[in-house]
Amino acid sequence: MLTDANCCFQAEVEETLKRIQGQKGVQGIIIVNSEGIPIKTTLDNSSTVQYAGLIHQLVMKARSTIRNIDPQNDLTFLRVRSKKNEIMIAPDKDYFLIVIQNPSD
Amino acid sequence: MPVKKRSAASSASSKGKRHPDDIFPMVLTSATQELFGCLADEDVTGENPHKLLRKDDIIQDIKTRAAVSDFSPVKQIVLDYPEDELLLVFDRDFVYGQCFYLVVTPEAKDRILNPPVLQTEEVFKNEVNKTPEPQPWIPQGSEREVDAEADTETREKLRYKFSRVRRNFGSPVCFSDRNTADAKDGYLECASYQDSRFSIKQMQRDCGMQAVPRLQSSSAQTQWKFQRNVFTQYVPRQLSDEEKENVLQSDSLKKFCTSVTPRILHTLQQVQIANVFVDSWKALGAGVEDGDWAGKVYEDLALYQAFTDQKYTNNKKISTVNWHPTIYGVIAVALMKEKEERESESTPSFILFYSFSDPSNSQLLLECPDDICAFEFCPSDPNIIVGGCINGQVVLWDISAHVIHLQGTEPRSKKVSIDTDTYDLDDNKEKTPTVHYSALSAAESSHKAPITDIQWLPPTFEVTRTGSPAENKYKISVQFVTCSPDGWIMFWDLRVQKATRQPVIDAKQTTPRSDTFKHLDRMWKPLFRISLPKINTSGEYLPLKFSLEHYTCSGNKTEDDDEINDSSEVPDYSQLRLPSAKTLTALEDVNTKLYIGTEDGEIVYADWKPVRDESGRQHSGKPLHCYRVHDGMVNTVQRSPFFKDIILTMGSFNFAIWKEGVMEDLIIQSPSSEQICTAACWSLSQPAVFFIGKKDGSIEVWNLLEKTSGPAQVQAHVTDAKITCIKPWTASSKQHFLAVTDDQGLVRVLEIPKTLHSSSRSKGSSVKKYFQLEEDRLHFYLQKVDEWEKLKKEAEEAKKRTEPEKSPKEKDQPTVPSVQEWRDHQMLEESVLKEHRLWTPPANTQDT
Repeated sequence: MLTDANCCFQAEVEETLKRIQGQKGVQGIIIVNSEGIPIKTTLDNSSTVQYAGLIHQLVMKARSTIRNIDPQNDLTFLRVRSKKNEIMIAPDKDYFLIVIQNPSD
Repeated sequence: MPVKKRSAASSASSKGKRHPDDIFPMVLTSATQELFGCLADEDVTGENPHKLLRKDDIIQDIKTRAAVSDFSPVKQIVLDYPEDELLLVFDRDFVYGQCFYLVVTPEAKDRILNPPVLQTEEVFKNEVNKTPEPQPWIPQGSEREVDAEADTETREKLRYKFSRVRRNFGSPVCFSDRNTADAKDGYLECASYQDSRFSIKQMQRDCGMQAVPRLQSSSAQTQWKFQRNVFTQYVPRQLSDEEKENVLQSDSLKKFCTSVTPRILHTLQQVQIANVFVDSWKALGAGVEDGDWAGKVYEDLALYQAFTDQKYTNNKKISTVNWHPTIYGVIAVALMKEKEERESESTPSFILFYSFSDPSNSQLLLECPDDICAFEFCPSDPNIIVGGCINGQVVLWDISAHVIHLQGTEPRSKKVSIDTDTYDLDDNKEKTPTVHYSALSAAESSHKAPITDIQWLPPTFEVTRTGSPAENKYKISVQFVTCSPDGWIMFWDLRVQKATRQPVIDAKQTTPRSDTFKHLDRMWKPLFRISLPKINTSGEYLPLKFSLEHYTCSGNKTEDDDEINDSSEVPDYSQLRLPSAKTLTALEDVNTKLYIGTEDGEIVYADWKPVRDESGRQHSGKPLHCYRVHDGMVNTVQRSPFFKDIILTMGSFNFAIWKEGVMEDLIIQSPSSEQICTAACWSLSQPAVFFIGKKDGSIEVWNLLEKTSGPAQVQAHVTDAKITCIKPWTASSKQHFLAVTDDQGLVRVLEIPKTLHSSSRSKGSSVKKYFQLEEDRLHFYLQKVDEWEKLKKEAEEAKKRTEPEKSPKEKDQPTVPSVQEWRDHQMLEESVLKEHRLWTPPANTQDT
């Protein structure tokens, strides 16, 4: 019974990822835990590790910035636009989701 | 006396040895022994052999018994003996010859009585245990030094007694001190002075030294205030698979996903709705390069340099100019004499090479047998130059030996004349190096009229004897095509041809020439030739210029192409053999059609691939199309460097743009200009720009994207005379040049301004669209014309039908209105056609 629930959870996660991946221009998705260790990814290992490490620091910085300005505020979404693509980060209490999108595709 | 006794004693005794001097062996009788109490073996024994006798007793004995006494021989000794007791030793073993011996000296007595300490060890040991007794002082001589150092009174102490006057006795005394220096002569001193007699120079002085190392101990302690890693090597943390599984299945992850997904999707959609990466402003194309709007200011073509060589260019006009394809800044011009001159004198003709470094002197001369109307560099080997003469012959040069003159920027003074064996004695004058032509085609097989155009075939394909295109094994250009107003287009090959094997040995040469093409000289015949019979009538077209499509090999060996193009080996042309048609693979997809501009202003579209007719012989087929577009001679037929199917043709008064494949007509035609146009060329950097040179020396810049009704820019008075040739060249991305030659022998190099040569990517596509638009318009128009024709025909037929119905008695009447109608109709047709610029005056022989 527990296994069923677990499968169901995993399927939900997979389904979510598929939905996001199916959007136009999405290059990759990474789920990272609160320490910055990637949990699930659709990119190759080296890119995943690089993104996870760098973006984790960025998110921590951004979150602390928001909370320093107003302690009752919190970071809900972070978008980093660059020349070539856009990185979207949705932080949460324990994890955060990184999506890399290239809109011209 | 003892000596005597000893010797007597020694001689007397048989076994006694010589006794020391201080003992005297003697015999004592028993009476004496009794008297003195020293009976043998009773009083004195072996263990106790010593007996002390009193001297007085001995003297008494001697006195009483006088001569009988045993002591009589020793009487003197006894009397002399200082001490009171003498030692008598019982010599039991008769060591000294007698049974007793008397010790003479007291020292010996002492010695015997007190034997020395060293005799036995036991004695020594006993002495060690005892506390050492102070030895008596044995002076070694130190008392002398002590005495010398000791203070002794040399004289007796003097005593002075002072007493006071009696009356002062008992009164207190007052003593005081007085310095000796207070009173004169209070003291007498004997000061020391340096006596010169005793000035001893110290030559040597001992001084003690101890070398001590100079040590200084110090310490430092760094304060590592800011701890910072210099290098770190790290490995990213990664979760193991089981942990990942655990996390993936955790509840919190699920919640996270559900909460985060809407946000992400929303954002993704946002990006799709409005693409934020596109800079709309930029996309408007408002940049300088993109501006094709009217009102853009065109900069002038700036004169960069003008080249002339006074020695050679007087009274000559330049027929054509070419840039050297590889060497920067080298232009070659072909000089042509004026018509009158040509007939009068026969000075040699030249092709001059100019270099940017020296605008007033030519760098290299190519000697020509006659005036050259057209010449070209070989695309695969720029040292091969082929030229067409005014008498119809083809000339070939090989400048590989002299190309260094063109490459260096050294001043001309350093150049030495290459003619070492020439009979020209004027060696002081600097001579431009001259290259004699390497080969000349056979006069009878060449053209009969001046060669007006020469084109090399690209190295991608070659043509066989039968005229079919085949694969080029060597990937070098070895063939070229010439055309001439004698009506023939000839294909030539550089390689050895089978028929001719023996080169004619030339007479004495004045200028050295290369032997590259010796195999061709004087016997060079074209590979094959085609003629251009007119389509509908008899006669031939007289080609002036032509253009063939540059075929790029679409085959598989593209890498080999690059390799061979990069290799700098120059093939030995004399070794190349013309391959037989069978060995080469035929290329089917080569476009073998040519656009030819003729003397009469027609544009002929022909196929040079010969066709087989009924008898099996091959002959050139009739041209496919002919268009009567230009008035006057066609002076340019050029393909666009950007589109391989767009051709620009230039007549005397107008130009036309053709698209290959659109057989019906041209797609763009320019309005007629007032001035005669003499030269035209496409711009190398922008697809819609081309330059036109005019008779009055002005240059028009046309930009098709801007307007087609007139030039975008006119630059007047570029030269003073008629412009004979324009050739553009891209030296670098910043430098674009245009070489303009004129009738007076001057070459001007103009620099194309940035506005004209900077290209944008969108231009290509927009030009393509424009041409496509024009083509569509043409099709549409033709379609309309067809329809209209049909309508007209139907109307006519209807009219014809109605006409015969009317009785012939009314012949005159209906004819008059019909003629009137016909005339009206003709006027209408004329006006419509004129509107579309397709009006051709009706003639008896129409070529359409």
